[in-house]
Amino acid sequence: MYKIVKKKVLAPKITRFTVEAPEVARARKPGQFVVIRAEETGERVPLTIVDSDSEKGTIDVIVQEAGFSTHDICCFQEGDAFLDVLGPLGKPTHIENFGTVVCIGGGVGIAVLYPIAKGLKEAGNTVITINGARNKELVILEEELEKVSDELIITTDDGSYGIKGFGSTVLQGLIDEGRKIDFVVAIGPTIMMKVVAEVTRPYKIPTIASLNAIMIDGTGMCGVCRVTVGDEVKFACVDGPEFDAHLVNFDEQIAKHHYYDHEQACQMEKIIAAAEQERS
Amino acid sequence: MAAEKRSRPPRQKKERIPRQEMPVRPPEERIRDFNEVACGFTEELALTEAKRCLQCPTHPCVGGCPVSIDIPGFIHLVTEGDFIGAAHKIKETNLLPAVCGRVCPQEEQCEQVCVVAKIDKPVGIGRLERFVADYEREQGAVELPEIAPPSGKKVAVVGSGPSGITVAYELLQAGHQVTIFEALHTLGGVLVYGIPEFRLPKSIVAAEIETIKKMGAEIKLDMLIGKTRTIDQLMEEDGFDAVFIGTGAGLPMFLNIPGENLNGISSANEFLTRVNLMKAYREEYVTPVKVGKRVAVIGAGNVAMDAARSAKRVGGEDTEVSIIYRRARDQMPARAEEIHHAEEEGIIFNLLTNPVRFIGDDKNNVQQVECIKMELGEPDESGRRRPIPIEGSEHIIPADTVIVALGTRPRRFIAETTPDLKTSKWGTFLADEETGKTTKKGVFAGGDIVTGSATVIKAMGAGRAAAKAINEYLAGS
Repeated sequence: MYKIVKKKVLAPKITRFTVEAPEVARARKPGQFVVIRAEETGERVPLTIVDSDSEKGTIDVIVQEAGFSTHDICCFQEGDAFLDVLGPLGKPTHIENFGTVVCIGGGVGIAVLYPIAKGLKEAGNTVITINGARNKELVILEEELEKVSDELIITTDDGSYGIKGFGSTVLQGLIDEGRKIDFVVAIGPTIMMKVVAEVTRPYKIPTIASLNAIMIDGTGMCGVCRVTVGDEVKFACVDGPEFDAHLVNFDEQIAKHHYYDHEQACQMEKIIAAAEQERS
Repeated sequence: MAAEKRSRPPRQKKERIPRQEMPVRPPEERIRDFNEVACGFTEELALTEAKRCLQCPTHPCVGGCPVSIDIPGFIHLVTEGDFIGAAHKIKETNLLPAVCGRVCPQEEQCEQVCVVAKIDKPVGIGRLERFVADYEREQGAVELPEIAPPSGKKVAVVGSGPSGITVAYELLQAGHQVTIFEALHTLGGVLVYGIPEFRLPKSIVAAEIETIKKMGAEIKLDMLIGKTRTIDQLMEEDGFDAVFIGTGAGLPMFLNIPGENLNGISSANEFLTRVNLMKAYREEYVTPVKVGKRVAVIGAGNVAMDAARSAKRVGGEDTEVSIIYRRARDQMPARAEEIHHAEEEGIIFNLLTNPVRFIGDDKNNVQQVECIKMELGEPDESGRRRPIPIEGSEHIIPADTVIVALGTRPRRFIAETTPDLKTSKWGTFLADEETGKTTKKGVFAGGDIVTGSATVIKAMGAGRAAAKAINEYLAGS
C-alpha cells in the first residue's frame, strides 16, 4: 500500500497527490512515470512523476479527471492509500545543455513538463516556458515554473489570463522574432503536440513530444501503447514516453485515444447514476 | 486330437483397463462463462486409472518429467487410496502440481515415454497429478515441507512465474532467506496474466503459491528490477548473496505488416492481460476489453488458442472467432487437446493463410485482414515444411478485432542495466543449461529468459536445476 500524505486540488478536476513510494522516489529521473492501481477493481493508470523527495520517500503526481479511473483516483483522500504504485518507468528525458530551450505545455501536460524544465534549467539551459490552458482557472504550476524558467509565458484559449490564444502561436512568434531556439519540448494534448511539431519542422528545430498513451502493465508486455515513429513501431512505455516529434504519427495516437470512448461513457454513466442515487 | 497338441487352452486374458477420460463440460455451456472446462477425475476414476500403471522397474516417465516427479511412487499411493500421501510425494519435487496437472504437455513428456503407451494409450499421469493436488487442497491437507536451519544467506528471486516460484521453494527449504521481486501486482507471472481462468483457475494458482509465503518468503510486488532497483544494487547495496533471474519472455512479437497499429489490433499479451490479470470479464472490474463480431487470431500456439477461446467467451455466442495460421494443421504448435477444445467451441481454422496487411475505416478501426494463401515447400531450419505464398491468391477476411499471438521475447531492463550479463541477439541470457549460471558471478537465470518462450514445466525444471547450483554456490561462498 502506498499512503497519500498530501492531496491538493490545483484546479477544477486537476489534483496533486504526494504519495509514499520510497523505492520509486530514490530511483526516478525527470520524464519518468509510474503506473498506479488505486484499488483492486481499478485500472492500471500511467501518471508522470512531477516531483519527488528521496529523503521523505515520496513522489508527486498530478491527475486530471478525464474518465472513470482518473475520477476514481481523485476521490482518494489524504491518509488513504493506493494499492499499487510501480515505477519509475519509461526512459528518463535526455537532458544536456542545448542552449536555449522552449518548454511548451498544454493543460495537465504542464505536470509532465515541469520536472523536465527543471532538469533543463539545472543543466544550464536558458529556459523559455510556454504554459497554455483553456482558461485562468486551469493554469497550474505557475509558481514552480516561474522558478525554473528564464521566461514564463502564459496563454489561455479565452484570454482570461496571459496571452489570448494557443502556445504554438507564441512559439511561432518567438521564431519569427528571430530568437535562437535550439531545442523544443512539447507536452500536452496530442493535437497540440502535433501543431507544435509542424511549427518547428520547417526550421529543423529538434523537438520532442511526450506521449500520453493508454497502458496496462507499463513494462513492455502488452504493446497497447504502440506508436509509429518514422518507419518504426515503438512502445511508449519502454522506448518512450518521449519521441522525436517530427517522426511521431500523431493522427494514429489521436485515433487510439478514441477507441474506448464508448466504454468510458458507459462507466461515467454509472458514476453519475450512483451519485444521483446517493443524493436522492 | 491334433488341434489340442498344437495349442494350449487359451489363457484367461487379463482385461485391459482403458484410459479413463476426464469429464469435460459441454461446449455450449462452457463458452458462456469463464469457469473451468475440464472437471477433473472423481475418486473412482482416479483409482481405476492408477491401476493402469504397471509400476515398471525402468519408469521412463520420471526421466520424461522436467522436475523428475516420482511418478510410479505417487500413482502407487493413489491405488492404495492415499491421495494426500500421493500429493505429498509429488511435492517433494514440484510445488505446483495442481497447475502442472492442468497445463503441462504430458503427451510429449512423461506420458509420451510411458511403457503402457507401447500397447495402449499411456497412463493419465497429468490427470492423476491434478486429482491428488486438488484433493489435498480441498481437504485442507496441504503441508509445509521441512525447512533446514537458517543458513544466513540472502537470495533475490526476480520474477514470480513458474521458474522463480520453484527456485524460491527449493531455496527456502535449504534455509536461505528469499525475497521475491515481482513487477506486477500479483504473484504468478504467466500463470496469472497469460493462462485463462477456464484452463487454470487463479484461486488454484494463488493457493499453491501461498505455500511460499507460509515458508517465509518476503514478497515485494510493484518492483521492476532494472528500473526500481538494479541487479548490482541488489548485490552491492541490499546485501543479497545470490540472484536468480526468472523474468520470462514478456515482449510480444508483431507481424510488422502495414496497418498493424490500427485500433482493434492487439497482442495476445494485451488481450489476455486485460481478461486474466485485470479481470475485464467481470462486471465490477473497470479495465475494458473490446471484442467485435468477427475476431481473427493470428498464430496457432497454445496462447493463440487461449486468446481465441477467451474472445469467444467475452464476445458471446454470435461472435465469430477464427485462427489464421500460415502453415498446415499438423504443424500447429498448440497441444492437441487445446486445438480440440477450440474446435468444439466453434473456433474456425483458416490454415495455410498468411496476413499481408490490415485495412481500417475512417476512424482507424480495423475492418479487414488481407491474406494470401500458402502452400508447403521444403523443410526449413525448424524441420517444418516452409510455407510459400501462392501468387494471386490474395483475399479478404473481415475482422473488427485482431489478436496477434506470434510468441514473445525477453525484455531488456536487466540486460540494459547490468553490463556484465551477456545476452544473445534475441535478448535471452547466456546461461549454463545445467546450472543456470550466467556470465555474472552469483547471478543465475532460468526459464523463458534463457530459452525463449517455452512451457511452464520447462521453466520449473530450469528453476530446480538453478536452485541446486545456487545452493552449491552459497555453500562455497
